[in-house]
Amino acid sequence: MGSIGVLLVSHQVIPYLEQELNKRYNLFRLWDFPQKSQLLTQHGASIRAVVGDAFAGADSDLIEALPKLEIVSSFSVGVDKIDLGKCKEKGIRVTNTPDVLTDEVADLAIGLMLTLLRRICECDRYVRGGNWKHGDYKLTTKFSGKTVGIIGLGRIGAAIAKRAEGFNCPISYYSRTQKQESKYKYYPSVVELASNCDILVVACPLTEETHHIINREVINALGPKGFLINIGRGKHVDEPELVSALLEGRLGGAGLDVFENEPHVPEELFGLENVVLLPHVGSATVETRTAMADLVLGNLEAHFLGKPLLTPLV
Amino acid sequence: MADLNESIEESQENNNLPKVFLHGPPEFSFILQPNPSHNFHILNPSSLPPLHQFLSLNPHHASSIAAIVCTGGYTVNADVLQLLPALRLVCTPSAGTDHIDLSECRRRGIQVAGAGNLFSEDVADMAVALLIDVSRKISAADRFLRRQVQNVSWNFPLGSKLTGKKIGIVGMGRIGSEVAKRLEAFSCMISYNSRNKKPLVSYPYYSTVLELATDTNVLILCCDLNDQTRHIVNKEVMLALGKGGIIVNVGRGALIDEKELLKCLIEDEIGGAGLDVFENEPHVPKDFFSLDNVVLSPHAAVVTSESLMGIRQIVEQNLTAFFSNKAPITPVI
Repeated sequence: MGSIGVLLVSHQVIPYLEQELNKRYNLFRLWDFPQKSQLLTQHGASIRAVVGDAFAGADSDLIEALPKLEIVSSFSVGVDKIDLGKCKEKGIRVTNTPDVLTDEVADLAIGLMLTLLRRICECDRYVRGGNWKHGDYKLTTKFSGKTVGIIGLGRIGAAIAKRAEGFNCPISYYSRTQKQESKYKYYPSVVELASNCDILVVACPLTEETHHIINREVINALGPKGFLINIGRGKHVDEPELVSALLEGRLGGAGLDVFENEPHVPEELFGLENVVLLPHVGSATVETRTAMADLVLGNLEAHFLGKPLLTPLV
Repeated sequence: MADLNESIEESQENNNLPKVFLHGPPEFSFILQPNPSHNFHILNPSSLPPLHQFLSLNPHHASSIAAIVCTGGYTVNADVLQLLPALRLVCTPSAGTDHIDLSECRRRGIQVAGAGNLFSEDVADMAVALLIDVSRKISAADRFLRRQVQNVSWNFPLGSKLTGKKIGIVGMGRIGSEVAKRLEAFSCMISYNSRNKKPLVSYPYYSTVLELATDTNVLILCCDLNDQTRHIVNKEVMLALGKGGIIVNVGRGALIDEKELLKCLIEDEIGGAGLDVFENEPHVPKDFFSLDNVVLSPHAAVVTSESLMGIRQIVEQNLTAFFSNKAPITPVI
């Protein structure tokens, strides 16, 4: 229905979003075409909007190939898969889904901290494996009162801080500039932050500057009693460095919701009990994904009606 | 029989010190190690042999034991108290006291010292950990990822939102209060049931667990196990909580009708459960193992390095104070 061509580049959006896009627009699904070039040749000229997510967006090549492209609407808050510079240059609008997923991602970050320090997944495996009759599970690490260091004190970082305070965790942070109104302790570098906290959380956007912001130096500063939590993007972390640090005992443990090359996970991690591994579920609840979908649909609708966008980035 | 390794001198000194007995399994010996600075003497520092065997080997000690340090699961009931006429203090470094006949202790003028606030944070952390895990399927997702074929798109079911949920806490003591404080930071709405309404607590009070379950999405059990609370979470309560409802138990297994819980989970009458305790530990019904909507923990709520260090300190401090004629530091009654 409708003559507006919309290209959906990821099959991992929820069915509700796909169905609604199909109802309202002339929907093209990238994976329906064996070759991307085929899609672009046949339909490139009629596509006025691209809908992507955390896994797939709109890079420079795609943008160039869609001469009628007016808007890229992302089913995510992170837009590292979208060439923002190119969009700005060509006057293409970009929207994302901030705020509606803030609580969800913050809840998961605390969940990762708790399940990592208290070895909840390992304990669950222990019971299911019938091992409890042979003896209790070993000692784990207390979470309450541990110092939490947050990289990026934006919406998600602040929400994580608020929750951690409920556990009497002292909060410190690093961000590009110190936040004058914040009561938390600021460190001017990630290495200093890592040296002075027990649990380091990545909660900033992925940009050129923050690529591999967690490197060997930071990991060593965090140390064998320190824990890394990544709910940002896989590329925030130098993954091979992280893996070797875990295997060599130079890092206490890691809770990871994201990986450098999803859906690939370094196999060495599967044998470790001091990691919690999740398939990028930061915003993955029925309530939140529906709210995100409504934002995508709302932004597209506003754009094509000439109204102000709901959550524009560009 | 005095410890065979004691010298004559030591045994003469120790004869004057009040006697303490460790009432627990052999591993329990970690709780208190002999120290020359002690103002008491541990009769069985290896936590062996067990009490009845010790008394039959050393009948003269029955009337000298002034204090016992006992762990959960090692009962101190009227029968045991009958064997120890000189007992004046029961020191139990555990979060629960259901293994101790408190009224019988009271009747005999025996003081009981517990763990005070030591475990409250760790237990509350466990409760919140289980709740987030069940809601967001963390253990299930970790399991999924570790057996997933590499490089195939991840297709994992969605979880349910925790922020803003209505939480019903059963038992608003130290642990319940710590749970409430943590979940308030998630903008959850807290209400509670407890034996009596607590005048200093501002959360809405419900006089029955059934009413609490009807009005909330999550039940967290933090109360004592006693005659009134056995199977306090039964089929009626679970149906009232409803599909999508979550139960977290960090109290005692018998607070829940375990067979009924299993049925409700299998039949999707409730959304999920996070369980640190079971009716017949360490036995857990196998039917739980195939469910993705439960998280199972081997009664590990207090088993952290930090709590371990803390509990040894508390036992020592309580015994030292008591035998200096001071009140126990962390009295239960």
